[in-house]
Amino acid sequence: MQYFPFVVVAWILGVGLYGVVTSRHLVHQIICLIVVQSSTYVLLLGVGYVTGAVAPYYFDVPVHTPAVDPVVQALALTDVVVEAAVTALLLSFAVQAHKRFGTLDPQELASLKG
Amino acid sequence: MTAAQRRWVFLAAAAGLAAFYLWGLLGLPGFGRYPGPYGFVILRLAVRQTSATGIVSAVNFDYRGFDTLGEEFILFAAAAGTGIVLRRLRGERERPAVDEAADRDVPPTSGAVRMAALACTGPVVVMGWWLTSHAQANPSGGFQGGVVVATAFILVYLSGEFIVFKRFSPVHLTDAVEAVGAGGFAAIGVAAVAMGLAYLTNYLPKGQVAGAVSSSGTIALISFFVGLEVAAAFILIAGELLEQTLLIRRGS
Repeated sequence: MQYFPFVVVAWILGVGLYGVVTSRHLVHQIICLIVVQSSTYVLLLGVGYVTGAVAPYYFDVPVHTPAVDPVVQALALTDVVVEAAVTALLLSFAVQAHKRFGTLDPQELASLKG
Repeated sequence: MTAAQRRWVFLAAAAGLAAFYLWGLLGLPGFGRYPGPYGFVILRLAVRQTSATGIVSAVNFDYRGFDTLGEEFILFAAAAGTGIVLRRLRGERERPAVDEAADRDVPPTSGAVRMAALACTGPVVVMGWWLTSHAQANPSGGFQGGVVVATAFILVYLSGEFIVFKRFSPVHLTDAVEAVGAGGFAAIGVAAVAMGLAYLTNYLPKGQVAGAVSSSGTIALISFFVGLEVAAAFILIAGELLEQTLLIRRGS
């Protein structure tokens, strides 16, 4: 059980990467990339977890109650924002690729020129 | 490369990655045994130093404020990039946002969707504003609040038409709000430099009660500007994608 969350991370990462490699549709591929990135959320939150601790918010619990690491949680927030930005950009590239080449299959796109 | 070859290359690479991951895992402390020290140091000091009870916000908008500035500009750049990528290309025309065939039988938005979307719009705006203004107290902040506020504009689109969405979020106004949001964050930092402090030092009075809306100095202010920036950026991105789908056609 001690390493279980990190096994979950590896599983999400592996599944996402497999999807990226074998994808036959750009939108599907972008969603697989989101899955890959989700593994980093689990990793960050897993690294900072402290058994029996509360969330790092002292609004309604006394200050100095043991809490989990707030730094990795802040990093996870950054991660989410960057993912949203990357996804928006990639999806707009997919729209233009479809307009220009008439296909969204990455394996066909690779064989096209210009 | 065929699909089968690609899969073999992937499997070989994945095996290597798995080996490295396992090797790294062996050096990690087990789950739930975070050794610190940075998180614990911040947990001890944050409430006293910043008067914020939301320590994640204190990290984001104060201790790691400079990183968050970069993060905000990533979003800013992505919104600008989406606008550039989805521009009208040569050989395309933008048709006017009106119904070109008024006589054709378009299924109208159902009353149930319209009602639900309209009923949600107000509460969603209030919730977004609440999240944006409570960064220093609760699990909330400008990033979360901004996205929720942007959702309200998508609800306007759902309950009406694209033209209504456009009327509620004209591009020049959304652009200006986004610039104010991004620039405001940077300006708060520059103001600290002008006072002879380090960039993004929390120089405002921290308030008496920890976690109150008026507490925590620049954390609340930065969260407000981030909320503006995020809301405007997501409205712009949604607007660009909708415009691309609905208005831009091939031909000149």
